[in-house]
Amino acid sequence: MIITTRWGKSLGLALLGLLIGWAPLQAKEAVPAPGDPVIEKRLALISEELRCLVCQNESLASSRAELANDLREEVRKLLREDQSDAQIKAYLVMRYGDFVLYRPEVKPLTWVLWFGPFALLLLGLLGLMAYIRERQSVKPAQAPLSEEDRRKVERILKMGDAP
Amino acid sequence: MKRFLIPLVLFLGLVIFLAVGLSRDPHEIPSPLVGKPAPGFALNTLDAQAPLFGPQDMKGRVWILNVWATWCTACRQEHPLWVAFSKENALPIVGLNYKEIQPQDEPAGRKYASDEKLKLARERSALWLQRYGDPYLLSVLDLDGRVGIDYGVYGVPETYLIDKNGVIQYKKIGAMTPELLQSTLLPLVRKLNAL
Repeated sequence: MIITTRWGKSLGLALLGLLIGWAPLQAKEAVPAPGDPVIEKRLALISEELRCLVCQNESLASSRAELANDLREEVRKLLREDQSDAQIKAYLVMRYGDFVLYRPEVKPLTWVLWFGPFALLLLGLLGLMAYIRERQSVKPAQAPLSEEDRRKVERILKMGDAP
Repeated sequence: MKRFLIPLVLFLGLVIFLAVGLSRDPHEIPSPLVGKPAPGFALNTLDAQAPLFGPQDMKGRVWILNVWATWCTACRQEHPLWVAFSKENALPIVGLNYKEIQPQDEPAGRKYASDEKLKLARERSALWLQRYGDPYLLSVLDLDGRVGIDYGVYGVPETYLIDKNGVIQYKKIGAMTPELLQSTLLPLVRKLNAL
């Protein structure tokens, strides 16, 4: 959009002013993470994989909920203790259950979750194959005509011949 | 006839599947802690003169751990139930005050020192219990929420039933209801007390 009128220009300036005015407010929300960049990077990676339990459709990395803050701090502490990602996940699963993981571990309880869609797909394919085979087996040429039908067909064909 | 029956059965199956799925509360997450020993802690209680309290102090008794806070509105709704229930003296109820002092409670630009925080939390909690009734044997203060994390607390109020050996036998996330208390918690308490 090209702003041509004076009014438009001042509106644009006002909007720009609002944006600038907002910037510090926005910056206040994101608390600057203290400390080691290596740990912060690992924290960012691992918390993408973890669900915030208060606001369930957010990851632990993106959530601003109080508990998410605490849990991030906890994960940071575990990372400083040099724990592996698997250890940290196990620590959280022990407390909050599999639900905390976006990619739950593959085990009998989660088999339906992991393999259910493929099982359904297979079922659908089998159904489709059965359907196609059934249709192919009923070929029109093979369908036997009864004596009565045959006479009917011949009569109709003859009638078509006659002018 | 068969042509219509198969889709109908499939459709009904889907309806049942969705009906079950949609009527479940996604906030009711099965706790992995049920059947596991209650995580240990040693926390200050509301009483400044009393020693630190931990679950090991309740060994040999069936007891309830109820997570609460004065800022938690659902706790206030739930509270009369515990006050009434405590009068029956059926079993001890221990309060776990979860993060009484919230970040927004702290003065601008400054964080409370831990003793300052403790004092304020004690005052606030005591006042609240005075006002709404105190069903608790005692209440401990989990000021930084560390114990809460160990117990998998993510929505206050929460209630845990712990047996004589210190094993968590039941967990309820959210407010306890009179129905749930009668239908689930109390039968379990009777069973555990008989052991």
